[in-house]
Amino acid sequence: MAAFYSKALNLNAFRAVQSHLRLFCDAPKFPGAKTTWTQTLKISEAKPEDNLPVYRVLDKQGVVIDSSHEPKLSSEVLRKMYKSMTLLNQMDNILYESQRQGRISFYMTNYGEEAAQIGSIAALNNDDLVFAQYREAGVLVYRGASIDFFMNQCYGNNLDVGRGKQMPVHYGNKDLHFVTLSSPLTTQLPQASGAAYAFKRAKNGKVVITYFGDGAASEGDFHAALNFAATLECPVIFFCRNNGYAISTPTNEQYRGDGIASRAPGYGMGAIRCDGNDLLAVYNTVKLARKYCSENNKPIIVEAMTYRVGHHSTSDDSTAYRPKEEISMWSTESPVGKFRRYLETKGLWSEEEEKSWAKDVRKQVQTS
Amino acid sequence: MFARHAVSARAIHFVYQPDTAKPPVSGETSKQNMFMAINSAIHSALEKDDSAIIFGEDVAFGGVFRCTLGLKDKFGADRVFNTPLCEQGIAGFGIGAAAAGATAIAEMQFADYMFPAFDQIVNEAAKYRYRSGGLFECGKLTIRSPCSAVGHGAVYHSQSPEAYFAHTPGLKVVVPRGPIAAKGLLLSCIRDPDPCIFLEPKVLYRTAEEMVPKTEYTIPLGKAQVLAPGNQVTLIGWGTQVHVLLEVAKMAKEQLKVSCEVIDLQTILPWDKDTVCQSVKKTGRVIVAHEAPLTCGFGAELAATIQQECFLNLEAPVTRVTGFDTPFPHIFEPFYLPTKWRCLEAVKKIVNF
Repeated sequence: MAAFYSKALNLNAFRAVQSHLRLFCDAPKFPGAKTTWTQTLKISEAKPEDNLPVYRVLDKQGVVIDSSHEPKLSSEVLRKMYKSMTLLNQMDNILYESQRQGRISFYMTNYGEEAAQIGSIAALNNDDLVFAQYREAGVLVYRGASIDFFMNQCYGNNLDVGRGKQMPVHYGNKDLHFVTLSSPLTTQLPQASGAAYAFKRAKNGKVVITYFGDGAASEGDFHAALNFAATLECPVIFFCRNNGYAISTPTNEQYRGDGIASRAPGYGMGAIRCDGNDLLAVYNTVKLARKYCSENNKPIIVEAMTYRVGHHSTSDDSTAYRPKEEISMWSTESPVGKFRRYLETKGLWSEEEEKSWAKDVRKQVQTS
Repeated sequence: MFARHAVSARAIHFVYQPDTAKPPVSGETSKQNMFMAINSAIHSALEKDDSAIIFGEDVAFGGVFRCTLGLKDKFGADRVFNTPLCEQGIAGFGIGAAAAGATAIAEMQFADYMFPAFDQIVNEAAKYRYRSGGLFECGKLTIRSPCSAVGHGAVYHSQSPEAYFAHTPGLKVVVPRGPIAAKGLLLSCIRDPDPCIFLEPKVLYRTAEEMVPKTEYTIPLGKAQVLAPGNQVTLIGWGTQVHVLLEVAKMAKEQLKVSCEVIDLQTILPWDKDTVCQSVKKTGRVIVAHEAPLTCGFGAELAATIQQECFLNLEAPVTRVTGFDTPFPHIFEPFYLPTKWRCLEAVKKIVNF
């Protein structure tokens, strides 16, 4: 009996060694992937509980949740951020109305996405190159483009640096390192990878950021850009503004995975998802993304979750495909209001200032 | 995809006519085929310009047609590199690198596979400078690609897509006829301030040999070359077809006593109207021949312009001898191409009109 047990034990030990050997010495040698064998036949499926969480710093009321995550920004910078967001709002209001009156042919507002724009660009160096889609006017505002600059482009007048060649909101600014944007969606993404590669070779310390929407990420150029950036090791930030809609198409008709960020591991890239309505979260995210890109010569996806509060464009009535309640919910939870409450708590902004600034900025836009 | 198949002599529908004119630059020459001449042009570009990079599918080991042989070892893996297999990515990446100040030489493995990059080339590269009011441009981009018939390339290794690109303001489109032209024209494309499409007739890579100057030189873009003077019929072609037409001119002289002037257009866009119209005004008869299909082929543009510019000089209708309006066939290639026999027949008809 004892002999039997000992034999069985030895057999088990032998089997254990064998399986160990299989795992570590007999690894698959296929060039296409570094992996292990399995005897389990199983379909690999992403689970909702593994979805990437949304990084935030501020809560709904604009209160810092964990003070160690509060970026150490000077009051000047914080105020500049707020002023940029509200200036963008005023410009949107007035140019939107101008289009309704037939003064300009077309316009696209930035409502609801102000924090994603301002927070991201504030975290970059001033000479980092920007490839935008079209809903990123705030980037130019923050970098110091004048109100006249925007007006000249929308009116295609003789002062437009683009010489009146393109539709309104197709801005470009060489001095502010903002590549002239074009209507075909996502074409800028592989271009951003190429520019980042050139910068890496030139060793000029610059990184590239490229903005795009959740709809644009369905284009073939998205795939091209990410795969090129990963394999050719390009310091580029792919910044997705996931605002829930591509014109009328909701995201559940755009993709079935966990948004855009979940695609990063498939390309061998890193990703961060943040609250696009929380300026401080976007700032921290892009700050870290920039450091990661420039130190490792690697690309990264940043997915800023937000909501497109305005219509897609002046050629669109968005109440035709989404409930009014949904729009009004997001309007009341605007990233601008949240950031304002944060500033007021810190004593950096007040009701009186709000009133005089609103008046001042409206006048600035109107007289431009 | 095939690679480096030797082209059997039986499959070739033309006799290569090496350049006999004085080379564009004096000095030492060496016998080179077209892939070597192209390699030498890229070599010069990389040597003189540290920002220059060459990339595409399989360029690092030398390319499936050997055009980039030895360049990675000489200039490093960060300047001569493979990309993922994605033409729209190659074009977009090249545009971005060029916009950021690098000289970008992109390779598309076959011109038949340029269509996935059509949006990047047509909507982006071609319009970059115009739409930005000159703030941004990608003029340092050159896209090279093997094109045209090769004996057995069938539907997707034989196409001549120049007419698609010729309809796009903002691009330059160039096709060389042999090694000397290839080296000079490619260097011009690489250094030209506009994005260029450089289409290399792949059947010439190994069959075409000439005494190519060792030193670098350029050949101006937008200029046609009169290769054989004549005064009765003007024959216009580019790429491989030039060699067909040179033979046709010889046959016409011997068999029909007809004097033909042969013009290599070289640059499809912008094309050399002056040289073409001067010749047609002299001869009064013109035949345009290209491998691409007839309908909306670049021959149509030449024909329309010639009839407008030379209406009073024309003695016969402008004639086009081209590929047929079908996809490019495999076993029927000899019946598809605008061969010397089809061109000679056209000469007979045009002089007897």
